[in-house]
Amino acid sequence: MKYIDEFNDPDLAKRLLDDIHATVTQPWALMEVCGGQTHSIIRHGIDQLIPEQIEMIHGPGCPVCVTPLELIDKALEIASRPDVIFCSFGDMLRVPGSGRDLFRVKSQGGDVRVVYSPLDALKLARENPDKEVVFFGIGFETTAPPNAMTVYQAKRLGVGNFSMLVSHVRVPPAIEAIMTSPTCRVQGFLAAGHVCSVMGTEEYPPLAAKFEVPIVVTGFEPLDILEGIRRTVGQLERSEHTVENAYGRVVLPEGNAAARALLEDVFQVTDRGWRGIGVIPDSGWRLADKYREFDAEYRFEVSDIDTEESTVCRSGEVLQGLIKPHECAAFGKECTPRNPLGATMVSSEGACAAYYLYRRLTLPDPVIRPAEAKEAAGV
Amino acid sequence: MSELINIGPTNLSAGAGLDFEGWTCPLPLRDSPNILMGHGGGGQMSAELIDHLFIPALGGRAGAESDSAVVELGGVRLAFSTDTFVVRPLFFPGGSIGHLAINGTVNDLAMSGAVPSYLSAGFVLEEGTELSVVGRIAQDMGDAARAAGVSVVTGDTKVVDAGHGDQVYVNTAGVGVVPEGVDIRPDRAAIDDVIIVSGPIGVHGIAIMSVREGLEFGTQMKTDSAALHPLVAEMIKVCPDLHVLRDPTRGGLGTSLNEIARTAGVGVRLVERSIPVPPDVANACAMLGLDPLYVANEGKLVAFVPREHADEVLAAMRAHPLGGGAAIIGECVSEHPGIVVTTTTFGGTRVVDMPLGEQLPRIC
Amino acid sequence: MCLAVPGAVLETWTKDGTMMARVDFGGVEKEVCCEFVPDIQVGEYTIVHVGFALQRLDERSAKETLANFERLGELEMEFGDAWARAAKEAGVPRPDMEIPE
Repeated sequence: MKYIDEFNDPDLAKRLLDDIHATVTQPWALMEVCGGQTHSIIRHGIDQLIPEQIEMIHGPGCPVCVTPLELIDKALEIASRPDVIFCSFGDMLRVPGSGRDLFRVKSQGGDVRVVYSPLDALKLARENPDKEVVFFGIGFETTAPPNAMTVYQAKRLGVGNFSMLVSHVRVPPAIEAIMTSPTCRVQGFLAAGHVCSVMGTEEYPPLAAKFEVPIVVTGFEPLDILEGIRRTVGQLERSEHTVENAYGRVVLPEGNAAARALLEDVFQVTDRGWRGIGVIPDSGWRLADKYREFDAEYRFEVSDIDTEESTVCRSGEVLQGLIKPHECAAFGKECTPRNPLGATMVSSEGACAAYYLYRRLTLPDPVIRPAEAKEAAGV
Repeated sequence: MSELINIGPTNLSAGAGLDFEGWTCPLPLRDSPNILMGHGGGGQMSAELIDHLFIPALGGRAGAESDSAVVELGGVRLAFSTDTFVVRPLFFPGGSIGHLAINGTVNDLAMSGAVPSYLSAGFVLEEGTELSVVGRIAQDMGDAARAAGVSVVTGDTKVVDAGHGDQVYVNTAGVGVVPEGVDIRPDRAAIDDVIIVSGPIGVHGIAIMSVREGLEFGTQMKTDSAALHPLVAEMIKVCPDLHVLRDPTRGGLGTSLNEIARTAGVGVRLVERSIPVPPDVANACAMLGLDPLYVANEGKLVAFVPREHADEVLAAMRAHPLGGGAAIIGECVSEHPGIVVTTTTFGGTRVVDMPLGEQLPRIC
Repeated sequence: MCLAVPGAVLETWTKDGTMMARVDFGGVEKEVCCEFVPDIQVGEYTIVHVGFALQRLDERSAKETLANFERLGELEMEFGDAWARAAKEAGVPRPDMEIPE
């Protein structure tokens, strides 16, 4: 595919890797924010190829992993209703709620359908006027415009039997929360390229300045990831902390104006709970009041939700980069991709699932983290 | 298809009715009291259903699954296989459920090295299904059988109430004679074996997905459904001692390799860039967030060949129309037994795990 | 959240008051909504996420990025490691990070 294949060139990858190896002189802990970036890193074995001093902490940029348990449970409740066709992206089907997931609901008779686009759900609503069609609107800022457009169209076309269960999350507040955590180890960020293609880069300079961390807007193909790492490490080695755009082919400083305008209209900022982390103020979007009729949380009175998170699951600590997956007692034992206790084991780019898949071969003993080593050396 | 092999005579009359109370299972199905879609996906959940529910009840050896069973009857070694077809949509680019129903069972038999000869065909038809639909499927089956040189010699038809089926389900079973000296089964995979795939992967799955509601995308891909026994015959000619053959249908190449690695207790090491994937498959997978390794094939096989014969087998495959795109993709190693690993294009490695259930499009 | 792939626009039209485009991903075609890039032209590239074109892909920028990657290796080959070492010791940014003349 054009503009994908070129960014998978092994020769150019080697040049980028050589440069990274030549540049790094000390340990650094970087976080890639987006789950898609984690997926790419694991899939191509990139973290095995970069210098050992560079630790990649997998960030919470996996909307599957961070969707609050309460909302998953609401989704399961709504999907169980006989008059409902519940539509979702494939990613969400196996995320465990308090004791079951959407696959289980389907097996018990719920009409659960995987869709590629939220517009498919709207289409289903028009084709099934006697049913309530609900779409599970999760995602970061990348998915928000498509979801917003779908609600906008639903209102414009008067599709009364369509509603959306919204759980959008925003990246900048997450970065802020991570950096203000007292146990934070992150020294540089690979910002989410497609999020920035929508939102632009304007939200990041204040964060880079406040926390003195380099933030490099990074794409998803192997060369993009390596370039993001290269530039971040370069800044760290030179004690710089600015925002750089390494994904210029789709990211403009102002992002996509049309998308942002629609987001202003359809969504409003709200506090949002991040599963495993807690409530981060102003970190989410919900449907604006004028679109309330399309908000599934209002249309379906879903109360008496008794959320029950696994007491053993340490997803939250993994998401914040505080522990590595294999340092959790349940890892690989009670908790496997087959029987996930938490969302980080379900999602294909959740850190736990990623570790399980490829680290099983060479499970390292807990190692002294590069940052700790740095501290110990009095640097 | 996963099947019981060499289970010997079973004594079903010995109090083995479906008494749910009496069901005890060595390792209970932990997560669900109901059948889930994942149980039909060909991945881990399917394997567990077979190993922990069916095999304990029916007898046989858990984990020793191959596409067809080889049994001895009257001094003759027969391969015996069955497969049920529930594909949706019924008609897709390049073929229909009818073609799959014949070629699927023919291929299961061929994967034991047998010469497929006779098939049965059972139909479960939903009341209200158009006769023209059933007729076209039957025609496709006839065409496929003639092309494959097999005969459908017996069959059965049942009709279920409207709403209790999904238009047409087809089951076929088949038998064929396994030639003298041929012993092809998954536990024969051995360290140092060379792994060869007969052509580009993922074609059938993408062709089907392209017409599935909600996904619909335009592509030139047509199903690769084909009867593979003529190709197998050529391979056996140059190497009667082929170790393993498998047609990677549901769950794709990744699933088949995992099953074989686990059964034989060998490690599998692939070289990612040598695995042939057509551009349309690669691009459709990129668009939907799928891995071609887990996308179904209907006219491809993967072979585990003793190293000293690998070149000859590869040449024989490439000389045959069904093997023109054959390629060596990896080898069996002593490290990480039971696990499939691939080097990546950049020199890293990753595990190619057994998928849990059906692969779904993703947004992340 | 970020699976978006680049494709070439083959055709645009309006359906139900919504701008649509047929996009080609190397032989695989999909109908997408292009309300967010309403001025996209046939022949241009756009990235597509869950059935929506999210942003135009700047081909010139893509080529420039790749050219920069190529230059990395060239400097290494031309000057070898000594150059990089000297630059690092002197505490200056690597020469290849400046836009060349």
